[in-house]
Amino acid sequence: MEFTGKTWKFGDNINTDLILPGRAQLFTEAEQLRCVFEANRPGWIDEVASGDILIGGHNFGMGSSRPAARSLRNTGLAGMVAESINGLFYRNCVNWGFLALECAGISTAFEEGDEAKVSFEDFTVTNRRTGDVLRGRPVPAVLLDTMKAGGVLPLLEAEGLIAAAE
Amino acid sequence: MGMTAIEKILAKNSGQEVVKPGDLVVVQVGTAVLYDNNFAPSIWREILKVHDRDRIVVVFDHRVPAKDIVSATAQKIGREFVKKFDIERFHDVGAKQGISHVLVADHGYALPGSVLVCGDSHTCSAGVFNCAARGTGAPDMFYAVTKGETWFRVGETIRYDFEGKLEAPVSMKDVFLHIADTYGSHANQNVEFGGGALPGLSINARRTMTTMCAELSAEFATFEPDDVMLDYVRERNPAPFEAQYPDEDATYLDRRTIKLDEMEPLVALPDTVLENSQKVGEVAGTHIDQAFIGSCANGTLDDFAAAAAVLKGNKVASNVRLLITPGTQNIYLEALRHGYIETLIEAGAVVTNATCGACGGGHLGILAAGESCITASTRNFKGRMGDSDSKVYMGSPATVAASAIKGMIADPRDFLN
Repeated sequence: MEFTGKTWKFGDNINTDLILPGRAQLFTEAEQLRCVFEANRPGWIDEVASGDILIGGHNFGMGSSRPAARSLRNTGLAGMVAESINGLFYRNCVNWGFLALECAGISTAFEEGDEAKVSFEDFTVTNRRTGDVLRGRPVPAVLLDTMKAGGVLPLLEAEGLIAAAE
Repeated sequence: MGMTAIEKILAKNSGQEVVKPGDLVVVQVGTAVLYDNNFAPSIWREILKVHDRDRIVVVFDHRVPAKDIVSATAQKIGREFVKKFDIERFHDVGAKQGISHVLVADHGYALPGSVLVCGDSHTCSAGVFNCAARGTGAPDMFYAVTKGETWFRVGETIRYDFEGKLEAPVSMKDVFLHIADTYGSHANQNVEFGGGALPGLSINARRTMTTMCAELSAEFATFEPDDVMLDYVRERNPAPFEAQYPDEDATYLDRRTIKLDEMEPLVALPDTVLENSQKVGEVAGTHIDQAFIGSCANGTLDDFAAAAAVLKGNKVASNVRLLITPGTQNIYLEALRHGYIETLIEAGAVVTNATCGACGGGHLGILAAGESCITASTRNFKGRMGDSDSKVYMGSPATVAASAIKGMIADPRDFLN
């Protein structure tokens, strides 16, 4: 699996309260989507387009267990690449089905707006403007399969363990 | 080559002789704690089968009693789930009410050497019991409850040894702020605590530390087992367990000694605790509108004793709202019996029922744009306790109490002796 898209850059330690503010925790998915990055990047939610790619710094997604990865997925982003991803947020990327890759050097290799090609076959990221190719941290096969399948909920649904979404 | 305590717990619960950093392990879940947010209509998916109802705990804590229709709906769904599967360990609004991580401690739900998961980031709290306790996401919880297992990536471990003795009003909150300020993020790493100071550190104090390790982005936080902890668990839960001690030749990424005698009151500046604290004297005089003591990190009897010691005979400044939120209704009752609640209310504090409350900006003390709060709770992210243009400073319960009296950030040592 690989995809190409326009990049949006974010810094280090982007936390879950920025991605999905506490006041929105019990909102509907559609309402939560409107609040993404409202504190640190107001208006971004209207600029991001389907298929774009988020570039993050160190420890992306630090903080809460809230469904912030689902909100990022719902923006239409094809996926994200960060210097490093917070452990809890990484779980949520896997389990909500949002493609996420850790890749050292990514934040210096890209300027915002550069086009990136991200491969989840060989875990490389290519900057189409500069031609630079970076190698990310491989995602274990079982986790990658879950990410690609849209997370664990469809799997549990198929096994008859949880009810279908309404 | 030996293993750290957390590696041994993960090995034991994944049926392996050895695990090492870099491994992906699938472990049996000993305890799965569901809380009110899991039942929110935008998250909940009806569970058709559970793996083992006796491994499930259900707690309503974030917004209790229900603060609006959506939280009321979530709790209604939760009660239906409890009834459907006849879950015995259920903490509804009432006498057994409290914050999940505090209840897990007070009821001995987290058994040494076992795995516990909960869909709240501060679940690492239960690491104090030598338990592999980790905050997970909501989908993880559906998985753990229905299949009885979950996965973890094994990280490297940093070992902290505590030596010496804490002198009040310096508390474990200050020790935590020192670690966060000095060493910064522990992303993808485990932390293990031990050292000669352990016998003198209460479970409450130790649990403040493990709870706050979520703020270091640590994977797991564990304490080396000792008699204080083992007796604490045995008094509360008759179930058998096997505590896991680190091997003498365990491999640590780093070993760091913390001399408790050298600690002093610190205050974290707004937005993060990582490399962002100052000595209280350096920020003394900073304006505040609100002061808060509560949460899974600082809602214990020890915390209210520390606050009452500072507030006794003093009054909260007229420009400040001091809010106190006990970790459980039982702690509230104990604090009443000890006279702490009377002292706090006489000083001008507002004492709320047990809940997560103001800590997460959910209810019971939300900040307006431009307002500042000093808090003894878990997290000081931008906008954490209300408007994204509000500010959250963090300190110990004693520092928060002193600041409430002065109406600005203040040194608790000015109010003792």
